[in-house]
Amino acid sequence: MTDQLVIGGHPFNSRFILGSGKFSLEIVKAVVENGGAEIVTLALRRANQGGEENILDYIPPNVTLLPNTSGARTAEEAVKIARLAREINCGNFIKVEVIKDSKYLFPDNYETIKATEILARDGFVVMPYMYPDLNVARDLVSAGAAAVMPLASPIGSNKGLSTRDFIEILVNEIPVPIIVDAGIGRPSQACEAMEMGVDAVMCNTAVATAKNIPLMARAFGQAIESGRNAYLAGLGRVLNQAEASSPLTGFLED
Amino acid sequence: MKVNGKEMTLGNNQNLLQFLEVNQFDVATLAVARNGEIVPKVTYETVTLGEEDILEVVRFVGGG
Repeated sequence: MTDQLVIGGHPFNSRFILGSGKFSLEIVKAVVENGGAEIVTLALRRANQGGEENILDYIPPNVTLLPNTSGARTAEEAVKIARLAREINCGNFIKVEVIKDSKYLFPDNYETIKATEILARDGFVVMPYMYPDLNVARDLVSAGAAAVMPLASPIGSNKGLSTRDFIEILVNEIPVPIIVDAGIGRPSQACEAMEMGVDAVMCNTAVATAKNIPLMARAFGQAIESGRNAYLAGLGRVLNQAEASSPLTGFLED
Repeated sequence: MKVNGKEMTLGNNQNLLQFLEVNQFDVATLAVARNGEIVPKVTYETVTLGEEDILEVVRFVGGG
């Protein structure tokens, strides 16, 4: 049985999207491979002169790069960052994030819709980071989003699925892949999100702040796969009283 | 000329490709905005720089 994640017509076997921030370049390859990630996010920043090390040299060649628009405070800035990223010739995937709030790093949903519309029209596979709101998710789909990426809790907080019920609404109502992004702190939380029916989970900080980073990447990969299988299998029902698992007839005394 | 917020010296009639190579930028893995406009990579050799230009030279780094 093939169970692929399809984003903008591109199929993926892994449902673990890995953020590449906060850990050293030397372990990037091991982290990607341990987690089995096929999509890795990157940021765009000023280059320095004089042969500095390049993260692209450390990412396995079969991985799809997903540049983000971090640093953008408006739709216009996000569009510019996306177009600059595309000039580097690493594909046309873009994770739109437009953030004005510096304390909670919540996305500006309205600017995100504007940027999504412009970039989708411009041929990008647009994956917007968003605050989980059904109306906004519908507008993002209308604007051409290939997936939507609702936050679980604030970026980098490791607080887990604070927005669980609202993400579940998106799972039930939105036709494009739902990818939980931001705030997932433990593999069990990633697994819970997958059991609920989200299509993929993205995380960065939870892996990068672990004591053994490659091992934590492996744990996330396994948890995400496990949660997906549980979702496909269909979770067992819940009762308010006991129901014996062993047969209630044929006791030795009978 | 200003590059990534810093003043830099520009050679005579240097085009963008020459400027980047002379200053050891990794041309294959960067993108450039000149005076706010993105410069298509195929045109680097034909873009002659001037002292008044403002360049932003960017590349990928780790990020979530």
